Amino acid sequence: MTDLSHLRKDFPILEREMNGKPLVYLDSAATSQKPVQVLDAVDDYYRRLNANVHRGAYQLGEEATDAYEGARAKVAGFINAASDREVVFTRSTTAAINHIGYGWGLYHLKPGDRIVISHMEHHANVVPWQLITRHTGAELAYLPLTEDYLVDTSRIDEVVDGRTKIVSISGMSNVLGTIGPVAEAVAAARAVGALAIVDGAQLVPHCAVDVQSMGADFVAFSAHKMLGPTGVGVLWGRMDRLEEMEPAEGGGEMIRDVDFTESTWAEVPHKFEAGTPPIAQAIGLGAAVDYLSAIGMDAVRQHEIEITRYALEKLSEIPQLTIYGPMDPAQRGAAVSFTLGDIHPHDLATILDQEGVAIRAGHHCAKPLMRVLGLAATARASFYVYNVPEEVDTLVAGLHEARRIFGVA
Amino acid sequence: MSLDELYRQVILDHYRSPRHSGHIEGADATAEGQNPLCGDEVTVELRIKDGAVTDAAVRGRGCSISQASGSMMADKIVGLSLEDVDELVHRVKRLLNIEPGDPGVDPERPGAALGDLEALAGVRRFPVRIKCADLPWATLQEALAGNRTHR
Repeated sequence: MTDLSHLRKDFPILEREMNGKPLVYLDSAATSQKPVQVLDAVDDYYRRLNANVHRGAYQLGEEATDAYEGARAKVAGFINAASDREVVFTRSTTAAINHIGYGWGLYHLKPGDRIVISHMEHHANVVPWQLITRHTGAELAYLPLTEDYLVDTSRIDEVVDGRTKIVSISGMSNVLGTIGPVAEAVAAARAVGALAIVDGAQLVPHCAVDVQSMGADFVAFSAHKMLGPTGVGVLWGRMDRLEEMEPAEGGGEMIRDVDFTESTWAEVPHKFEAGTPPIAQAIGLGAAVDYLSAIGMDAVRQHEIEITRYALEKLSEIPQLTIYGPMDPAQRGAAVSFTLGDIHPHDLATILDQEGVAIRAGHHCAKPLMRVLGLAATARASFYVYNVPEEVDTLVAGLHEARRIFGVA
Repeated sequence: MSLDELYRQVILDHYRSPRHSGHIEGADATAEGQNPLCGDEVTVELRIKDGAVTDAAVRGRGCSISQASGSMMADKIVGLSLEDVDELVHRVKRLLNIEPGDPGVDPERPGAALGDLEALAGVRRFPVRIKCADLPWATLQEALAGNRTHR
């Protein structure tokens, strides 16, 4: 197995105990833990470099700006953007998708137009579009799922029809783990001249992503799910799309000139970064990108395929346990959703917590998907670079304890 | 062990075989409660006659704690005066550490004794689960408040 266990010493939180047991953190799909390299970068900014960016006519401000723009360059390199300027720092994936909605959708959609998403989307790629349809009269259409929990693309050309102006799809489901049909979605969007958006919140932290070969117009992702700080996300956009997009927020730093009634905008990407940006967080993201690059995204992916395969295998052996998601690790990421007999996921989470195991229980901000699955909630264990197979064993032991308590045979 | 304290037999029994889980046609008071965090849902319907709860229906879906709490609540409140129901609600909230004070029995109001509901005391050691146990009770309060407004 690809052994990344030497990384664990970089994550101070993994030394903690929960309820007297070593912490087994299996909720990285919600947020990842942070290595000291990221913590140090954030700390160093506040201790040595703290000044506002793109303002100070003094050296400290220049150094802060260099660090912030340096982080942008690192992110651009990480996803192989054609230019650093294609990387817009936002608050989160959610903010990035909303920005496309309010900066592009609002100006380009009209009644009868169509926005296509899938049944496995996170609320961050559902609710913004519902808001935009209210403003524009456009309608929302869904790509369904197959019985194997994959996005059904067999009739994608019918769903992505001539009225479609936006196709926005998850690169990797936070519930099912399913890798989204990005290539098919991009091709279908291209065929009708629609915008192609990828919600990369789960994909970018776990797989090597080359935005140029991916071919989408926009990719959104968050730092905190890829070893970086909370409070900063990325909206990558192809330059021509960024040029035609309007700012969704106005304020300081994003202007060229402000008159009494009208203003003109700064250049991309600054026209989308109103107000003081999350400077420390962006610098922390830069450090996270360095950390992931040092491991190598291929090794990250390989490790996850292996630990996911092991988890799927071990979980499948538990009587009355049902897994929701593809069983082939090649088709999926490391978020594994399941239910166990008639034990509610919330109860599972409480029981596992007593064993030090942190999992997520609930609807995972994907209620349309829960409706499709006919479930109110699932339990979800998700893995990242610092997880080891022994933690899967602890999870399994905790689930057997749950079976004992609930008398599930 | 604390987990066995939380998941007492009586809780699991009510979870698996909820009482009064039907529907009351033309109920006098009704409310729907949700915990948006975990998605738990509870609907409370009451038949009220001469200042007393003569029938109750509690339906929902969610974890063992929220559903057992609702089932035990329905079991308990049928036949109680509205004053006793009110007293019982506060007593449960004291039991769950939601309201300050001792949940102990008031000799003046034996009808509001906790009985089986004392099994809910186990959640006090699991702060994130207190909301689960409280959901049916908060929904009951809402139903009763609505009933008072209408009259």
